[in-house]
Amino acid sequence: MFRTALRNVLAHKARLLMTVLAVMLGVAFVSGTLVFADTLSNAFRNQSAKSYDDVAVAVTSHADPDNPKEEPGLSARTLDKISAVDGVDAAYGRVDGFAGVADPDGKLIGVGWSNKGANFSPGKDGKDPAYTFTDGSGPVKDDQIALDKESAAKGEYQVGDRVRVATNGPVKEYTLSGVFTTEDGAVNAGGSLVLFDTAVAQKQYLKPGYFASATVTAAPGADDARILDAVGPLLPDTADAKTGQALADEQAEQIEQGMSSLKQVLLGFAGIALFVGVFLISNTFTMLVAQRTKEIALMRAVGASRKQITRSVLAEAAVVGLVASVIGFVLGIGLAVGLRSGMAAFDMKIPGGPLIVSATPVLAAIGVGVLITMFAAWLPGRRAAKIPPVAAMSSVHAVATTKSLVVRNSIGAAVTALGSAAIVLGASSGGDDGRMYIAAGAFFALIGVIILIPLLSRPVIALVRPLLVGPFGVAGKLAGQNAVRNPRRTGATASALAIGLTLVTGLSVLGITVGTAIDKMTTDNIKADYMVSMANGGDLDQSALTALQKAKGVSAVSPQQSVYFELGGDDFVSASAVTPGDIEQVLKVDVVSGSVDSLAKGQIAVAEKTAKSRGWKPGDSLPVTYGDEKKGKLTVGAVFKDSEFLSPVLVDTEVVKPHETQPYIQQIFVKVDGGQSASNEQVLIDALGDNPAITVMDRQDIRNEFGGAINTMLNIMYGLLAMALIIAVLGVVNTLAMSVFERQQEIGMLRAIGLDRRRVKRMVRLEAVVISVFGAVVGIGLGSFLGWAIGETIADQIPGYALVLPWDRIGIFLVLAGLVGVLAALWPARNAARLNMLNAIKAE
Amino acid sequence: MTTASIADRATTVAARATDLSKIYGQGETQVVALDRVTVEFRQAEFTAIMGPSGSGKSTLMHCVAGLDTFSSGSVRIGDTELGSLKDKQLTKLRRDKIGFIFQAFNLLPTLTALENITLPMDIAGRKPDKQWVDSVIRMVGLADRLGHRPAQLSGGQQQRVAVARALASRPEIIFGDEPTGNLDSRSGAEVLGFLRNSVRELGQTVVMVTHDPVAAAYADRVVFLADGRIVDEMYKPTADNVLDFMKQFDAKGRTS
Repeated sequence: MFRTALRNVLAHKARLLMTVLAVMLGVAFVSGTLVFADTLSNAFRNQSAKSYDDVAVAVTSHADPDNPKEEPGLSARTLDKISAVDGVDAAYGRVDGFAGVADPDGKLIGVGWSNKGANFSPGKDGKDPAYTFTDGSGPVKDDQIALDKESAAKGEYQVGDRVRVATNGPVKEYTLSGVFTTEDGAVNAGGSLVLFDTAVAQKQYLKPGYFASATVTAAPGADDARILDAVGPLLPDTADAKTGQALADEQAEQIEQGMSSLKQVLLGFAGIALFVGVFLISNTFTMLVAQRTKEIALMRAVGASRKQITRSVLAEAAVVGLVASVIGFVLGIGLAVGLRSGMAAFDMKIPGGPLIVSATPVLAAIGVGVLITMFAAWLPGRRAAKIPPVAAMSSVHAVATTKSLVVRNSIGAAVTALGSAAIVLGASSGGDDGRMYIAAGAFFALIGVIILIPLLSRPVIALVRPLLVGPFGVAGKLAGQNAVRNPRRTGATASALAIGLTLVTGLSVLGITVGTAIDKMTTDNIKADYMVSMANGGDLDQSALTALQKAKGVSAVSPQQSVYFELGGDDFVSASAVTPGDIEQVLKVDVVSGSVDSLAKGQIAVAEKTAKSRGWKPGDSLPVTYGDEKKGKLTVGAVFKDSEFLSPVLVDTEVVKPHETQPYIQQIFVKVDGGQSASNEQVLIDALGDNPAITVMDRQDIRNEFGGAINTMLNIMYGLLAMALIIAVLGVVNTLAMSVFERQQEIGMLRAIGLDRRRVKRMVRLEAVVISVFGAVVGIGLGSFLGWAIGETIADQIPGYALVLPWDRIGIFLVLAGLVGVLAALWPARNAARLNMLNAIKAE
Repeated sequence: MTTASIADRATTVAARATDLSKIYGQGETQVVALDRVTVEFRQAEFTAIMGPSGSGKSTLMHCVAGLDTFSSGSVRIGDTELGSLKDKQLTKLRRDKIGFIFQAFNLLPTLTALENITLPMDIAGRKPDKQWVDSVIRMVGLADRLGHRPAQLSGGQQQRVAVARALASRPEIIFGDEPTGNLDSRSGAEVLGFLRNSVRELGQTVVMVTHDPVAAAYADRVVFLADGRIVDEMYKPTADNVLDFMKQFDAKGRTS
């Protein structure tokens, strides 16, 4: 029987092409993901091991530098004691924080969140083992810095040049003393690293004389564990020590975890692609079996058992699956390589390393490919086994009875109803539980709709048929009828597209709805023209606020300054210090009772929900404990509506000023005379001293900042789902090619009685468009439903949430589905038009 | 249509092949399917083309009907020379001037009987002449089966739909390729009766390829083909005459 199977595969090479392609793409996705993840985590692991290579023990302080009761870090004395431990070669004190480097145009070099500054910590030999200087030497004077090689190259800086560097204070100019290479994580992540003289760094980032951490190197032959034991007792309570090996392992584990979630997401999408492929494969084998009815009946007649027939179909599938998987795996390796260089092209720094192809991805990819193909061929195989031997004698093809569709429809309806009920239940109950119901419901609804799709195809396509006959005449009429001729086949083909579009639409509805809500919230609440913040998301220096207050043309300016105090007993509340009189001009403050002017009188304003839950109302006098432990009283002057942009408690900056040594300013909102303009923006930038570390965002930038992430996310999702859609398109090609093959005789007749080639093509093309758009409509419907349901569960977390159906995108999806049909029909339509009429009309 | 005009038309030629040759392959493997065949099909005449398998009878019909290309010679349908036509023009010619009846019926399973009958006009984008279509339907006796799909009809009924389809667009000439080949003798006789009636009463021109002497006896004239050449023709044939001729011919073929 196996030989028959093999012969069959070889005989139907062309017809199995699409199946092979589908399996191949799915397997490539799976193996590409696995190989990429393995390669990447190996590279990261090597790198982290390398960065701790000569670290025997690392000490980290967790002290709060603002707490006067404890030592703010590791003192020089502690370091000296560590250095004196037996087996220790040297101890290097480290202190780091944010530092942004300006290029000659004043723009920040590198991405904001990994621009780091640290101290240069020379040992006895004047060298710091963490950095290898390629040019010049480490900074040892107040006005010297060193830069990592890549940042120096980006800024085109040479040793001796003057470089502008911003920490969270004003920009300062330093002389570049040297350029170095390092295994530091910030640099490897594509950021920049500035080295300062130790005293400068300590003053900037901690307290003079103190370090945040230390790395200890061992003398040759010394045991790391023994050093660790000796170092432990020397440390203050707020610090702990670990061996370099332990830290490297810890980091490796973190990398592994990060990698595995990326891997799972990618594998999830690969799974979707393979799931879609199942329909294509199943369709192909169904058609192959149907075309071979006589042959199979003959085998049964000469004594093959049903089991043997099923097995022969499965063996055929296994051969196809194996061939496709092997090709797919090779493609997958290519994909992994491509992904790596692709990420590099997007400025994501990935450490180099060899391509890791271990046994797991090989086995997984090929196993998945073969099993999926066999699974998809199982039903057609069983159907083949049911062909009675007598079919060998009759010339009529066995036609599927309507009875099985009745059973199918009842099951489908039940499953769909169950799924939809779970989705509605989930949407109404909300929260995490609700989302669980929706997830389960979505699965069942999707399966149910797939089961029901053959039934749906008739009425839905009948609905659009008049649209086809009108402009396209007889070709349209025939196409419409052909599309519903074999509901199962149309259904399976449309299902593949429907799955992809369900996900695409669901994500779009959700993303656009949330995005619109956030955007509306942003535009409604922000009245300021500009928002000023640090590039790294850290706090702004007081000097920035002062500079903006003095800037020309500024009409209102208010900081959002985090304030830590206990209010009304010993409950901690999140509060912001703002500028009275200006805050309501830059942000919307919707006062419910009292007056916002009371802020200027040293009173506080409280958000409605907080006021309600604590039972506060205007006029109440509340005890307060400030950050410096001093006590006082504050009066509630106003209650305002809760807003995403305002803390629950607002207070005048002047009130907290005496109690906060280092105010933590998150953002500064600015309103200027004449509103937004390039010149006004420049005024602000100049006022801030052209600081590369400070970003000035106009209203559009702010909207992008809050809503842009969603668009990026959506685009990534679209990209990942593209694979599933490509396989769906292959499915349409496959179905059409097979249909054209089966209908050779009637196409020949149509040509004979006068249907020209153009219209034969049009007929095939329209059939493809009808099937594709049908699948798209089903998917869009289901996707919108799911998007609505999931949206309902998060609606209460987003003020101003309202369902937005992205009609423009839905329209684009439909048009794309139509184009997919046209594209998929290219080859089958050509075949149909080129059909040899005489062969076609010849009687069998 | 008056008797006079039918008589008129009988003198004009509906289709003509002159020195028609069709050669497959080249050199050693060359096969001559048609060898300089010259034949005329007159209007309002029912012609049967006969010959043993491989005689070229189907090829002759395919070439004259514009379904197949030929190597040399000329074919005219009415005033149109087929040799110079491109596929598009040939398609249009078949659509407007030629009707077909196939051995395997070749109806579209998705269309009803009536839709199948009017399909050629649908393709041409013409409104069918309702009176004419009605009379054709009455003639083939399908009035009560118009809403049925081919799968619900018997073989004989299906072929009657095919006959009606060929007649409905009033083509200049109808070609039949073994139209009774898949039918039992009674249904076959019915179909042939309709074809003969369409020639006698409606002035239709019909050319039919067959290997059945009984079918050929319905024709006004029989053309005999062998080895790609016309070897003889017979007017007012009877089944016995034709059979005798074929036997004779077979014997000749064997002795030569």
